[in-house]
Amino acid sequence: MDKSTFEDRQSIAGPMHSELRHDSAHKHVAGTADYIDDIPEPAGILHGALGLTDRAHAEIMDMDLSAVAALPGVVSVLTAKDMPHSNDISPTHLHDEPVLADGRVQFHGQPAFAVIAETRDIARRAARLAKITYRDLPHMIDVADAMAGGGELVTPPLTLQRGDAEGELERAPRRLKGRMRIGGQEHFYLEGHIALAVPGEDDEMAVWVSTQHPSEVQHMVAQVLGVPSNAVTVNVRRMGGGFGGKETQGNQFAALAAVAARKLRRAVKFRPDRDDDMVATGKRHDFLVDYDVGFDEDGQILAVHATYAARCGFSADLSGPVTDRALFHADNAYYYPHVKLTSQPLKTNTVSNTAFRGFGGPQGMVGGERIIEEVAFALGKDPLEIRKQNFYGDKDSDRNVTPYHQKIEDNIIRQIVEELETSAEYQARRAAIIDFNRSSRVIRKGIALTPVKFGISFTLTHLNQAGALVHVYNDGSVHLNHGGTEMGQGLYTKVAQVLADSFQIDIDRVKITATTTGKVPNTSATAASSGSDLNGMAAFDAARQIKERLVAFAAERWQTTPDNISFVPNHVKIGEELVPFAELIGQAYVARVQLSAAGFYKTPKIHWDRAAGRGTPFYYFAYGAAVSEVSIDTLTGEYLVDRVDVLHDVGRSLNPAIDLGQVEGGFVQGMGWLTTEELWWDEKGRLRTHAPSTYKIPLASDRPKIFDVRLAEWSENAEKTVGRSKAVGEPPLMLPISVLEALSMAVASVADYRECPRLDTPATPERVLMAVERLRGL
Amino acid sequence: MTQAPDSIRFILNDTEVSLSDVEPAATLLDFLRLERRLTGTKEGCAEGDCGACTVLVGRHAGESLVYETVNACIRFVGSLNATHVVTVEHLAASDGTLHPVQQAMVDFHGSQCGFCTPGIVMSLYALWLTDDNPSRAAIEKALQGNLCRCTGYEPIIRAAEAAAKERPAAVFDPITRTRETVATRLKALQATETIVIGRGEDCLIVPADAAGLAAVLAEHPTATIVAGATDVGLWVTKQMRPINPAVFINGIAELQKIESSEAGLTIGAGVSYTAAFAVLSSAYPSFGRLLDRIGGEQVRNMGTIGGNIANGSPIGDSPPPLIALGATVTLRSKDGARSLPLEEFFIAYGKQDRRPDEFVETIFVPALPAGDRFAAYKVTKRRDEDISALLGAFRITLDGDRVKTARIAFGGMAATPKRAKAVEIALIGQPWTEETIHAAQAAFDTDFQPISDWRATGAYRMLAAKNLLMRFFLESIGERAQLQRFEEVA
Repeated sequence: MDKSTFEDRQSIAGPMHSELRHDSAHKHVAGTADYIDDIPEPAGILHGALGLTDRAHAEIMDMDLSAVAALPGVVSVLTAKDMPHSNDISPTHLHDEPVLADGRVQFHGQPAFAVIAETRDIARRAARLAKITYRDLPHMIDVADAMAGGGELVTPPLTLQRGDAEGELERAPRRLKGRMRIGGQEHFYLEGHIALAVPGEDDEMAVWVSTQHPSEVQHMVAQVLGVPSNAVTVNVRRMGGGFGGKETQGNQFAALAAVAARKLRRAVKFRPDRDDDMVATGKRHDFLVDYDVGFDEDGQILAVHATYAARCGFSADLSGPVTDRALFHADNAYYYPHVKLTSQPLKTNTVSNTAFRGFGGPQGMVGGERIIEEVAFALGKDPLEIRKQNFYGDKDSDRNVTPYHQKIEDNIIRQIVEELETSAEYQARRAAIIDFNRSSRVIRKGIALTPVKFGISFTLTHLNQAGALVHVYNDGSVHLNHGGTEMGQGLYTKVAQVLADSFQIDIDRVKITATTTGKVPNTSATAASSGSDLNGMAAFDAARQIKERLVAFAAERWQTTPDNISFVPNHVKIGEELVPFAELIGQAYVARVQLSAAGFYKTPKIHWDRAAGRGTPFYYFAYGAAVSEVSIDTLTGEYLVDRVDVLHDVGRSLNPAIDLGQVEGGFVQGMGWLTTEELWWDEKGRLRTHAPSTYKIPLASDRPKIFDVRLAEWSENAEKTVGRSKAVGEPPLMLPISVLEALSMAVASVADYRECPRLDTPATPERVLMAVERLRGL
Repeated sequence: MTQAPDSIRFILNDTEVSLSDVEPAATLLDFLRLERRLTGTKEGCAEGDCGACTVLVGRHAGESLVYETVNACIRFVGSLNATHVVTVEHLAASDGTLHPVQQAMVDFHGSQCGFCTPGIVMSLYALWLTDDNPSRAAIEKALQGNLCRCTGYEPIIRAAEAAAKERPAAVFDPITRTRETVATRLKALQATETIVIGRGEDCLIVPADAAGLAAVLAEHPTATIVAGATDVGLWVTKQMRPINPAVFINGIAELQKIESSEAGLTIGAGVSYTAAFAVLSSAYPSFGRLLDRIGGEQVRNMGTIGGNIANGSPIGDSPPPLIALGATVTLRSKDGARSLPLEEFFIAYGKQDRRPDEFVETIFVPALPAGDRFAAYKVTKRRDEDISALLGAFRITLDGDRVKTARIAFGGMAATPKRAKAVEIALIGQPWTEETIHAAQAAFDTDFQPISDWRATGAYRMLAAKNLLMRFFLESIGERAQLQRFEEVA
């Protein structure tokens, strides 16, 4: 047969582990990648806008919407009473999150009504014409308020405990306590929330929504409308960024669009203005961490007791698992011989906080790294020395048990840190910086190396499942669909690589299609860095099924045994014969072989008993480390990030180009969280940083001036993940803890490194300057 | 050749557009997306801060046709007469071949979610047109008005560097290809009479010259004067305030002149930050560094020094240095012109010494006498494209080792841009020493009682203001007292 082609082509285009471009890159740069607002609008479409309240906590005494309804072009005004079946969209089914506020306002900006109008402009104008009469109730805005006010929780807290932390703290040679405030973060996905609902026949509703969790939107829309899930189809081709902000927060817009579409029998679109989006949707939780650590004179940590109190907002949303994950990462890469960690998911009169890349893990880790810093300053040592001393041991060590009783069996943090310490010339640079600081009056420098160990899996075990649907058409072209969503992270590309690799066909033979609940049901959110692990394996499983049928068919047709049949680049090798893939498919079709399969995957080994605080919640861990060097101006607190070196572990990368992008992007996003991104509420509970003019995410000129990011090419996942790769979405976000700590060192230089500066985050220029002042006064 | 004064005419990519029914508050972004379905241009924030809606606008500046990035979300359609609007859809060749800037973004993995990408492509394209070997500083400057939340920018920077070297035949580049014909066509579209669209007060007006503007304001004293729209744009997109009658003055050539003499610089009120950069940075280098940190490139291309003064914001960035330099402002109406020291123009928060029928015509900045020291420092949460927490401008004249004169002005410290007169008094006549600075720092408490808000606490503003005086002193004696990301290029 066609041997010449095969001789020329030793490999397919776009196999696993190759540096393939993002599947939409060409469309992105040409402006032809369609986001939901770019889809041609159905005839007669209407537009919605949220009617926001302006009290942090109040009873609604009266809501006069006559002026809203009277504005020409307004078609309908919806309130809580217009929800056909249910006004509840709480994702954890605690019934604490109304679509529209019903009688009580629980945060400043909570939507109480929605306007549907002929144009978006009219809807927005009309939404401002409501006259709402309130009876104010006492409000609690931040964590300290909530604690002082009795500490009401939105969801049950978690305690992780091993050994006798309290007793060991009493007995420890050295002990210190401290408190750290860790700020929240706005997602600032560039594409804001958007939902388009198109009513169909009977009870059908098609929804296009920018969401990481199509199945949940489907269920929420069905619940609010009072129809079965099979009536609702949710579609999403791509998001303009998600970062966790579109895990649950899109529900509201989809539900409102669907309710209006059902009522008016017209297509309805909701696209909130950026300010409304930032005011009315949840963010990363901010935390107040109280820590108590016992250690010896060498810097060996003996016991840790810490409480992680979080501002959760008015409802639970995902605050339970988020605050749980904070505790799961309070140890970062360190072994605590005795430990007690408690979460406090506090209720506040603020927007309900939600998932954000890292999902509480980053906050947990920042608190853990603060403990290391404290110990180092107390002993006058380099924090890196304390880190190395307290790292988890290897597989057979007696220092490899986490506070949640999972044994760490894949620890590579020492290799990562030692390689980076050498390649980044950490020791020499640190010495040079200490020297520089001695003679520089205004400008001071700092350097820090911090590690990351991040647990991979949803801690709610049942979410660790995924499905894929693969069709092979009779021309040999392949149609791929799976439950994961594309938000820029390159998931679609990676899963397509897995499929192309499985069939050994060029990637351009694989058609990547939009995620839809109609093809793959009951999906989990694309979250927890799990997208490629889960959906890649599901696609692999679908390919396996089809390949098994093809092998059986070929064995029979060519009168050979299955072990004589293999998939080679764009061909199937049957005995000594090379049959082009498309040709085999054509023959298989004629022979009535099923060429479509639904693949499925569930993560093995994991289990978690939350009540007992014990189990194996994580399938494996991803590791990384970064060295950051900064300069600060001790007159103003302004700073620059001069150089960053990163070594990060993604196992055997499915796509090194995409993974590198995740690491670089995650680093800068995490750096923004810890430096310039500040959420600021006033005394009335109004978020005053609700637009990019006031909320400052990093710019090109904020990225490290020298930014050397490498993947640990030698790493391979110890577990049998797809291609032995590791998840990459969240772990890099925590690498810039090194920036925070480098700032801390620079500040500490003004008091000769005798005191821990205890920088809260975000470490804005103001916080840096005030820390400098505080230390100068000591 | 002259057009009827009842329509806005411009070129959109390769099509001439004539609009006789335009709302005063209609934005270019809505026009592109809703009217023309050119959906490559995205709305990210609708306030000129994220750059997802970046397009190029070509216009005549003197005899040359210049193309500048602007934020379509706050660019009014009424301000587009005789311009060439270029959107991302115009970049690739008709056979789909990507422009080198686009191709480099693909090759270097410069897009992830892709939503900011068209805007980034346009900003890099503007850079590509003018710089075939951009420094990292130049690339970062070109991207100051573009937010990307996914990539961390590193691949985008690499793409910009690689694209700069790719220079295919000129015929391939859409702007280079049509530059001459577009220049001719735009001249033909320039209005010689005032354009009026709409009736009564519900109208938009585009005066052809300064006299026309004076006449319009005499007739419509409640009119909103729109120059760069970098502030007025937000009144529309965020506050949904009516701005009619809206008078668009960005096309008035007379207001865009800069005249240089021995006495100083006379800057037309319509001069953009970008246009002012060259002269101001050469006369007062510290002012130049400050200008580079106002908004993003798109905002600097639209925003004007005159507008920054006329709207009287307490955190406007150009008034403090201008006050420290002793600038005067000239206002003009149908009845004539008057000049006053800039500091007297700001009466109270939101209140300026401008009659409704007057407009800011020019700003005169006296030349800095040899030996005078001048510096302006902007302090922000994020280094670039951020509104000042505070901004201090300092100018002193020494007589021997003693301070002869001092003019110090601050923004962000009071309800208006304001002189630090007590500090000045504490300095004048004293030796220029660290002891004098320490003594003068206390005088800030007399001059200012700054407020706390989301940009900074009052305590920080006060401390940083005092420390900026120290920075000014230390720099005057040659100490390094300020961070710089890149070494200055001489």
